[in-house]
Amino acid sequence: MHDMSHAQAAHHEPTGFIRKHVFSLDHKVIGKQYYGLALAAVLIGMFLSWLMRIHLGWTNYPIPGLELLSKNGAPGNVMTPEFYLQLMTMHATIMVFFVLTTAPFAAFGNYFLPIQVGAEDMPFPHFNMMSFWVTFVGFLVLVSSFFVPDGPTLGGWTQYAPLSAVGKVSGPGQGLGVVLWATSIAIFCVGQLLGSLNFITTTLDMRTRGMSMWRLPLSAWAWFITSVMGLTAFAVLMPACILLILDHVAGTSFFVPSNLVINDQLQPHSGGSTLLWQHLFWFFGHPEVYIAIVPGMGIVSHVLVTNMRKPLLSHRVVVYSMGALAVLSYMVYGHHMFLSGMNPVSSLAFSFPTLVITIPSTILVLMWLGSLYGAKLRINSASLFSLGFISMFISGGVSGFFLAQPSTDIMLHATYFVVGHFHMVMGVAAMFGIFAGTYFWFPKMFGRMMNETLGKLHFWLSFVGTYCIFMPSTILEWPETYAVTRRLWTTTHSR
Amino acid sequence: MGKFVAVTIVVIAIVSAIPILRHTWWMAEDISTHGAPIDEQMSETMAEAGISFLASQIILAYFIWRFSGSRPGEKVKHFPGGAKAMVWAAFLLVGTEVLALGVFGVKAWANIYFTPPAANAMPIQVQAGQFAFYFRYPGPDGTFGPLHADLINEGTQNFFGLDQDHDQDSKDDIVTAEMAIPVNREIHLLMHAKDVGHSFFVPELRVQQDFVPGLDVTLHFTATKIGRYEIVCTQLCGLGHYNMKAYLNVKSQPDFDDWLKKQAALQ
Amino acid sequence: MKAAQKIAVMSSALLLLAFAFLYSGNNVSAAGEGKITGTIKLDGTAPRQRPIDMSKEPSCAKIHESNPVHTENVVASASGTLQNVVVYVSEGLTGNEASAVSSDNPTWDQKGCQYIPHVMALNIGQHFKVVNSDQTSHNIHPMPKQGGPNHEWNKSQPTGAPPFDVTWTGEEVAIPVKCNIHPWMHGYMAVVKGPNAISDANGAFTLNLAPGSYTLTAWQEELGTQTQKVTVAAGKPATADFTFKAK
Repeated sequence: MHDMSHAQAAHHEPTGFIRKHVFSLDHKVIGKQYYGLALAAVLIGMFLSWLMRIHLGWTNYPIPGLELLSKNGAPGNVMTPEFYLQLMTMHATIMVFFVLTTAPFAAFGNYFLPIQVGAEDMPFPHFNMMSFWVTFVGFLVLVSSFFVPDGPTLGGWTQYAPLSAVGKVSGPGQGLGVVLWATSIAIFCVGQLLGSLNFITTTLDMRTRGMSMWRLPLSAWAWFITSVMGLTAFAVLMPACILLILDHVAGTSFFVPSNLVINDQLQPHSGGSTLLWQHLFWFFGHPEVYIAIVPGMGIVSHVLVTNMRKPLLSHRVVVYSMGALAVLSYMVYGHHMFLSGMNPVSSLAFSFPTLVITIPSTILVLMWLGSLYGAKLRINSASLFSLGFISMFISGGVSGFFLAQPSTDIMLHATYFVVGHFHMVMGVAAMFGIFAGTYFWFPKMFGRMMNETLGKLHFWLSFVGTYCIFMPSTILEWPETYAVTRRLWTTTHSR
Repeated sequence: MGKFVAVTIVVIAIVSAIPILRHTWWMAEDISTHGAPIDEQMSETMAEAGISFLASQIILAYFIWRFSGSRPGEKVKHFPGGAKAMVWAAFLLVGTEVLALGVFGVKAWANIYFTPPAANAMPIQVQAGQFAFYFRYPGPDGTFGPLHADLINEGTQNFFGLDQDHDQDSKDDIVTAEMAIPVNREIHLLMHAKDVGHSFFVPELRVQQDFVPGLDVTLHFTATKIGRYEIVCTQLCGLGHYNMKAYLNVKSQPDFDDWLKKQAALQ
Repeated sequence: MKAAQKIAVMSSALLLLAFAFLYSGNNVSAAGEGKITGTIKLDGTAPRQRPIDMSKEPSCAKIHESNPVHTENVVASASGTLQNVVVYVSEGLTGNEASAVSSDNPTWDQKGCQYIPHVMALNIGQHFKVVNSDQTSHNIHPMPKQGGPNHEWNKSQPTGAPPFDVTWTGEEVAIPVKCNIHPWMHGYMAVVKGPNAISDANGAFTLNLAPGSYTLTAWQEELGTQTQKVTVAAGKPATADFTFKAK
């Protein structure tokens, strides 16, 4: 328990527009700023995916106005292969970092964690303010890569080396585009580390009198667990990005071995390891996807409890399960690398924790289901999106059974099955968590009610619509006629 | 509205399950000797995933149907058994099923990766480079000549960087753009990456393996059916990734010998 | 009055002359009244051109099914003449002739997954069109010398994209061009000053030049360069044959 007056003394009422709304130290304003950033980001990310989809439907046809976005990328408004990959890379990067980490964790967390623990504000308000503005600068740096001559990087949000590390010789956008990408992500990591610092200390040190850890709402627990993951995961991604930048600008070869020949030219590198990038990236990458979903789990639990008119079957079990997910998330990352050329024994080793992580995930689903039993669930936009979250989490989660085993992964790695899987859990379930939180907390955050009719319409269109998009993507990966591998400008199957 | 949600979930679950249950579309035919355990693993996983999926979606739908709305007069109830039952269910049902999957799946993986190639496996080298696959056969001397990265010249078709003027072993090496193999003969595939990361995927052969620049990985397999199959690159390698493929022709031994002779004459 | 009229006439004449000079420097399609013809020959056996297997691109492989294509690094006829040799004037051009830019707008076509023509010769600043006549996307990747006057670029041209209009900034013999998607596609662009020609299937070339003394250079992508001094007289076509030694 901490002296409240200490926190109060640090807070004098801000005056002036800039102090109140721009460079504010108030966690609620910062939360709203993060929400605004996520909203802007999701609109851009969504627009990029529209362009990709229109192209896939009408390959080689001019898309009116596309040339305005990129003269080289769309000669005569026809999307080139490199532009498609650039759009795909930016779509994923923007969505994973600036939407799915920002909204459920930084936006709602900043706003509500101090309130839920009973604190006046976070213990380091200046770091908190900086965390938003640093994240914002990261976003600007990322978006700026659209405006450099060769455009943004085309190597996927995973940026595997050597494609990402040898420079522009490996393709358009692989020079300055990669440097800007890596710089933006490194900056983003700094912002999130500052945020995680605040979240952890708030939860551990700033709880009000009588608020034991076990009394914290599940959303508070979710933010706390997520911030611990954030601290450790982003702390690995940031140096990885710095090493990548060094390979570009300082002549190092962290990720590039010798004897590579591109465009008939021997590349001036030696001594690096391409697998090293994958290990560093996925050590961050797997916890990252749990960073994206755990806050949603907390929000959904919170929303359901409020609307079910009864508590969850067990508060502690949910906390332990989310904690288990977090701990296990570090042990499973190699399932992204089953076929990467790493020791096949490692592949087996990683598959067991991946299968075991099903258990806490199942416990969570059973907790929600079991709590619904005997409830009197109020149906509103927030609870609808919570139910949608559960359904999508189940769907996306069971497709993970296949991706957890190296033998089945042989058939499904790098196909649209994976695309269906991660869109269902991240693109839909995590998004639904954000929507549930938005509908639930909008009145508190902005002082007005949202329109329930539009909210329900939003739910129905999203729920049915996303199933229509991503369930076929998963199922149609089976048949040989339709099975398609991913990240393709167009399919050239010619059976 | 809760009831609508429940019905929608059930419809989605059933519509998703039908094509799988009816095998409306199924996997490419297996033409490999190691594929049967993989296919078995896929089927078992599908059964477990499918049952988990259907059961949980239907239970979710039923609970939403039954327990949404204010239902005046009814009391709020708690699930008999409480959280404990759920945790036990998760460990027993799901825990054992996934561990079973894992344990049985080891064999499918071990078949491919923990067995050495046969002594008489035919070595073929495949080089992946932006944006094509090229193949090299060792020729009558059975040895591959050394690769010289600085001699690679795509304009003169020296894709591997061979020095056939000075390296004795390279003189009879046969470089082709299509991969042909004799049926029922084990192949020892030596995988070399010229520039960035690529991958080698032949669904019918139940083979997918990334190339690692700087580390030559190997694979071995046997094809059991004559035919023409596609090898596609499945690791994003640049702008031409979508177009990076080659053809695998599984031929009878005499047809293969014929083909190899013809290719040797074209070198 | 008379003086003013004189001045007007003289200044008009001067203006006309000035225009004539300016105009003559910019847009000339045929210079002078002299001609050099010649044949490029190969001394020795032509290196075997390897057949190109386009199986990874079925739409192109089909086009060449009955008539397989070969590499074009050294294209020699049965009678020992060389095609695709660039012939240009390396010495002897006047200032005007050297800075003249041909108004021809040749096409660099991608057809059947080959570059047609395999070699192109251009003046600095001369416009040429890059066209994709195939059903597959290509990417055009010229790789001029690093640090030289011309800049490397790499652009895709899907089927359905309009022709690209391109010019080069400086002399270079020659800029290799490749398609990254189809690794066998190779060609060259030679950027030279003044009149230029490329030897045809019979090894023959023609250069139209004003009477004078010149040094001609012939360049072949594998066999290097040869030079020769030629004098052109008005009305009398001169001959300049080149012979390259096979490696």
